[in-house]
Formats: sequence, structure tokens, C-alpha cells
Amino acid sequence: MEKYRIDKNKGLEFGIYTLGDHLPNPLTGERISAEERIHEIIEYAKLAEQAGIDFFSVGESHQDYFATQAHSVVLSAIAQATEKIKIASSSTIISTSDPVRVYEDFATIDLISKGRTEIVAGRASRIGLFDLLGYDVRNYEELFEEKFDLLLKLNEEEIVNWSGEFRKPLRNAKVLPRPQSGSMPIWRAVGGSPGSAIKAGYAGVPMFMAHLGGPASVFKRTVDSYREAARSKGFDPAELPIATAGFFYAAETSQQALKDLYPHINEGMKRTNGQGFPKQHFAQGVDKHNIMNIGSPQQIIEKILYQHETFGHQRYIAQIDFGGMPFDNIKRNVELIGTEILPAIKKYTAKN
Amino acid sequence: MKIVGIAGSIVGSKTKTAMEYTVKAMNEKYPNVDVTLIDLAEYNVQFSDGRNYLEYEGDTGYITKTIMEADAVIMGTPVFQASIPATLKNIFDLLPQNAFRDKVVSLLVTAGSAKHYLIPEQQIKPILAYMKAQIVQTYVFIEEKDFNRKEITNEDVKFRIERLVEDTVVLTETYKKIQEEKDAEYDF
Repeated sequence: MEKYRIDKNKGLEFGIYTLGDHLPNPLTGERISAEERIHEIIEYAKLAEQAGIDFFSVGESHQDYFATQAHSVVLSAIAQATEKIKIASSSTIISTSDPVRVYEDFATIDLISKGRTEIVAGRASRIGLFDLLGYDVRNYEELFEEKFDLLLKLNEEEIVNWSGEFRKPLRNAKVLPRPQSGSMPIWRAVGGSPGSAIKAGYAGVPMFMAHLGGPASVFKRTVDSYREAARSKGFDPAELPIATAGFFYAAETSQQALKDLYPHINEGMKRTNGQGFPKQHFAQGVDKHNIMNIGSPQQIIEKILYQHETFGHQRYIAQIDFGGMPFDNIKRNVELIGTEILPAIKKYTAKN
Repeated sequence: MKIVGIAGSIVGSKTKTAMEYTVKAMNEKYPNVDVTLIDLAEYNVQFSDGRNYLEYEGDTGYITKTIMEADAVIMGTPVFQASIPATLKNIFDLLPQNAFRDKVVSLLVTAGSAKHYLIPEQQIKPILAYMKAQIVQTYVFIEEKDFNRKEITNEDVKFRIERLVEDTVVLTETYKKIQEEKDAEYDF
């Protein structure tokens, strides 16, 4: 785990992620400017750090209703604005970028942040960016696999010799600057289905597993497939960290949490995915066995500990700000995490 | 209420004839219902490549968005090789997995012979159920002999279509009411 900068003795890490969505607040119909949204995200990272949260990440989406297309630029601003918190992408769409440029950018952010930066590489759940950035979506899988392999190679080797289908070969290429400790943690983003998790396992890379709703036990199968695949290729699963990421909202009561969060999720998903979130499914989100962490702080603590027991994961990452969530609600959630949730999680999961 | 009719093949005329009659019956009986007929033969639809339905452009995007915005879909299809035509299967493939959640879907099927009567039961309903449709259980099955030169000649078929129209609207209204009452109970 050291390679991935994770200290097991400190217990489950708690993180926050934003997709960088830029949606109207459904309660007022108003949308802040892209400028305000980007500053809000930087402020969000600072508040997370002050609350003692371990990790903060920003996503890349190239479409309407998003503001962090240039997510690495936003991350470099966060690197400058913070001192301790780990920062990462969630995720970087490696398929439609040049891995060399991505590595240069993130190694630079690692130096700005003095060794706090990680990359989470994914395949994109929406594919409009293929046209925008000049790639053919028919190569969806191959583009990702080839470029992800190259990204991992750039991380391991200072002088690189490589050739592939989608990029000119590299001959004794030096990719600079190097991250502070020579390399940095690179994760594979997985959408929750075992297929992609198995590929992460075969490659022996950490898995960042995002999920919407459903019972934790279903996602346990994905976690098991990942570890089994890693073992089959000679990697020790005990040395490979797993992160889980999904909706989070804490309020005084679970009913209040559902009330505060639902319109943002439902209307936001209608705009970004074309379909809302059924109330019937959402209501099940407060159940202890459901992977969505919605409820009172005490309920959420129980849920996260149950998930930790189920998955044995190293990091949980909360998404709070989706769908034009007012910044005051975000602040209140960060405060609840810092004062009530995080101390309890650490108390029960850290080894003394 | 928005209803979309689909004529699911790009060849032949029987499904189109029956769907045009269906739309006419709908307009007469329910003038307030907003009905759109999509005859796939008139559009240039690309094959599904897995993208989100909002991301398709041109004819393909028009069709996916029109279907997704509908409260109900009346799907007309011929039977090809003891199954549905590829053009209709492609429409299913273009849509999200839960595309028909909270939508009513009814079926009108034309075929060369009565041997194909169970094709909708065995091949279309499982797809609709998978995609979360509220299915109108009784479908209209029309044989070649019920048509003559682009007209329906069997009066019974006309009655059956009129009942299908009624069932589709009644089920859509009823389902909407049930859904609204249920959603209101959640109090969030």
C-alpha cells in the first residue's frame, strides 16, 4: 500500500469528489456562472482540507452542464490552494488524450502540491468527447486499454520505448518532470460492473469503483472479481487499494436528507443522462444495506462501516455537490463529516 | 399526453397502413392526445454505437428523443424470419436500458400467417419487460389476408385497433395517476 501512499494503520480514508457538473439549482431554476462554479470547487477543496478529509478529486466531462473540461487546470489551482489533502482526477478520460501530456500535467501538479497528486483514469460514460477531440468511438475499448497501458509505463520508467496503434512510437523518450517521489498512484476507474474490474485486477492497478445505488452486496461481487483477477496474475490483493465512490448526503434526519438531495439528483440526471432517478429506488437509499450514503450522520457512519466490513476497501469518496446543490448545503455536509462522521470512521477503522 | 406510434420496418406497407389507421383512430377518439407517427422508412437511422441517447444527432437523435419524451408508445412491426425486423431491434438498442420505465407500450403486429401469432409474446414482450415498460397485454395481430391494396378489409381488425387505442390511453392515464399518488407518499 505504501506505493499508493496509503497507511492502513490510519483506517479508512475519507474523500470527496465532484464531477465538475454545472447544473441549475432545480429549486430556483438558477445557475451560477462557470467562473463561480470553478471557484466554488476550489473553495470546496479548501473546506474539505480544513475538515480533515483525506482526498479531493475533480472529474473530466466534455458536454453541456459541466465546467471542468480542463480538470487538470482546476486541480493545479487546488494544489496551490491546499497543503495536506490528497488530490486527483475522477476521472481523467485517458482514451481521448495523449498519455504523455496527461502525465506531464499531473506530474507537474504533483510537484506543485508537493507529492499529493494521483491520477484516476477512466473510459468516459458519455462519448460526445470522442467527436470533439477527434477520436473514433469505434475504438472506445482499444483506445483506453492502449493509452492506459502507456500511462502506467510512463509512471514506472523514466526512459520509455513504446509503440502502439493510436500514437506515434516513443524512442528513448524522457517524460518530464517526474513526480516528487519518482512515480504517483494511478487508479483505474470502474463503473461497478465486474468486466472492467477484472481488467484492473489483471493489470494489478488500484480500482476506483463508482456506483449509483443498489445493495452493497452486489458491488461486493465486483470487488471479489477484481481481487481474484489480480491474484490470478500473481499480484497480492492485500497490496492493491480499492476506493468506492457515490452519492452522499447527511442531514438531521434521513427524511430531511432525502428531501434536500432528491430534486438535485433527479433533475440533474435528467439533464446529463436523459432520465431521472425513480423515487422508489431513491427511498431505498437510506437502508443500511444500500450503497448510497444518505441519512443522519449516525446512519451514515453505520453504512460506511458496514461497507468497510463488506469490501475491506481503503478509501470512501463522497459525491455531495451534484445537480446545482447550494454551496451552503455543501458546507454543512463538510462540517458534519469533519465533526461527526470522520472521527467515528477513523475511531472504528484505524489501528492503534 | 404524448403518444408515439412507430412503424418498425423500412419495407412493405402493411404495418404502415395499420399504424396510420391506429393514429387516425386515436385522433378521432382522443383529439387532445398529442400523437406522432414515426415511420422508420422515412428516416435515416444509424446503428446503435452505445452512446447515450441524447448524443445521437439528425434523424437518429430525433427518434430517440421523441420516444423518450413520450408517455406511451404504440409499436407496430411486421414479423421477419420468425422475429422482429432489425430496424426495430436497432431502436431498442439505441435507447437506455430502462427506457420504458413509467411508459406504457402497446403492440400491433402484422404477419404473413397465423403461425407467427406468438412472436410478440415470446420475442417482443421480454424486451419490453427488460426495458421496464408497462405493457398493454393484449396486442393486435393482423394477417396478410386482412389487407387489400393498403387498406384494412377485415372489420374485426378495425375493432381490435380501436380497442388497442383505448387500452393504451386508459392504461397511460391510470398508470400516471397511480405513479403520482405513490410519489406523493414519499414526502421528499
